Amino acid sequence: MSGTAAVVEKPKTYWVAPISYPAPASSGKTGLWRTERPVIHLEKCVKCLYCWLYCPEDTILRREDDYVYVDYDYCKGCGICAAVCPTNAIDMVPEGGES
Amino acid sequence: MPLRLADLPRRRYGSPGNAACPGCPETMGLRYVKMALGDNVVLVIPAGCSSVIQGIRPKSGINFPILNIVFASAASAASGMSSAFEMLGQDVKVVVWAGDGGTADIGFQALSGAAERNDDIIYICVDNEAYMNTGIQRSGLTPYGAWTTTTWTGKTEPKKPLPFIVLAHNVPYVATATVGYPQDFIEKLRKAATIRGFKYIHLHAPCPVGWRFDPSLTAKIAQLAVQTGAFILFEYENGRFRLSPYSGMYRDPKRRVPLEEYLKLQGRFQTVLKDPQKLEMLRAEIDEMWRWALLLEKGMASPELKK
Ligand SMILES: Cc1ncc(C[n+]2csc(CCOP(=O)(O)OP(=O)(O)O)c2C)c(N)n1
Ligand code: SF4
Ligand code: SF4
Ligand code: SF4
Ligand SMILES: [Mg+2]
Repeated sequence: MSGTAAVVEKPKTYWVAPISYPAPASSGKTGLWRTERPVIHLEKCVKCLYCWLYCPEDTILRREDDYVYVDYDYCKGCGICAAVCPTNAIDMVPEGGES
Repeated sequence: MPLRLADLPRRRYGSPGNAACPGCPETMGLRYVKMALGDNVVLVIPAGCSSVIQGIRPKSGINFPILNIVFASAASAASGMSSAFEMLGQDVKVVVWAGDGGTADIGFQALSGAAERNDDIIYICVDNEAYMNTGIQRSGLTPYGAWTTTTWTGKTEPKKPLPFIVLAHNVPYVATATVGYPQDFIEKLRKAATIRGFKYIHLHAPCPVGWRFDPSLTAKIAQLAVQTGAFILFEYENGRFRLSPYSGMYRDPKRRVPLEEYLKLQGRFQTVLKDPQKLEMLRAEIDEMWRWALLLEKGMASPELKK
């Protein structure tokens, strides 16, 4: 053996595709973006589910009986739920001050 | 059969904590795609807000498997993927989710090619009427007179009649939809999923950032676009054209809500509202869309031409 033979390495993984998986908080706790918080008055709610349908963030959630509640960790406070509610059961309340 | 909201399963449709602006029509629309088609779906997304909404690895802010791809290739990549699933014997719907810029301008050749080949995909153009992701530049789908960062005094050309251009490819299914009436969009998606070949759905998607309105108004403005006649909802199926119920009643211009009601809520139309001549030009653009729609309704399309 002359010792000059090239050492051929076994091909390894050349490239790992950067795959992401759907998960909450891909951009953090977006509830922190909020300047106004939707507050639902269930006594006025007729369970039409429009707020749930139109919320862009999936942060209106449905209970077993189809009354709705807000996931404040991620709700961005856009106010669409309040705007589409036919019975005005949702108030937008300013954030800050005493909690 | 009308869709009952309470019948839709209680589950996560979106992916909260994503990077979209508050009141975003694209995250809204993506939830409806999930409600309509479920989990057996792969999205193909060219550059745009929906690329950014996903966020940074390892998490994704969109609740679907996604192939992110360059503008020029969205429809072609979807065609290839759809063939691959067919060869593997897997029933997976391949859906392109592309912006108005990515559809009407930059990705148009791939869209047209896939339509011509009648490839088995659903192509959704999410039309927020400008290149939003890069800072509100005008696109071929920006309406006449609208302010953008590249049309400071208002756009001087009308909106491309894109749904009619796709329809002229004689594909099996073309429809328009809006985030303002999600049930209509969901029903159209479900129908599209049962049809083999090329399906195109044009989704009107008012963007609070680019159109300059309060984020709470996304749904209301989308509905006003239909009620004022500015956006027409229709379906074209195997050579038959039909106005959708939400638009049918606005055939008669006298029954429409005055156009100003739609325009005045949007900062981008303020110069149009102040200039009667510009307002007339915008009306002419809308009238032209209606002229197309009513001509097609009268049966211009010949059923023998269908694929
Ligand atoms: C070939 C090419 N040109 C330009 C860009 C820059 N770019 C990225 S997103 C974007 C805007 C896309 O607009 P649209 O398709 O309407 O989607 P939106 O952001 O409005 O959802 C542009 C111009 C790019 N990524 N590739
Ligand atoms: S304020 Fe906006 S993000 Fe928050 S729950 Fe209502 S619709 Fe959803
Ligand atoms: S929109 Fe109003 S009435 Fe309807 S479910 Fe939501 S809170 Fe209740
Ligand atoms: S710019 Fe408009 S379309 Fe883009 S993420 Fe923001 S709200 Fe959504
Ligand atoms: Mg756009």
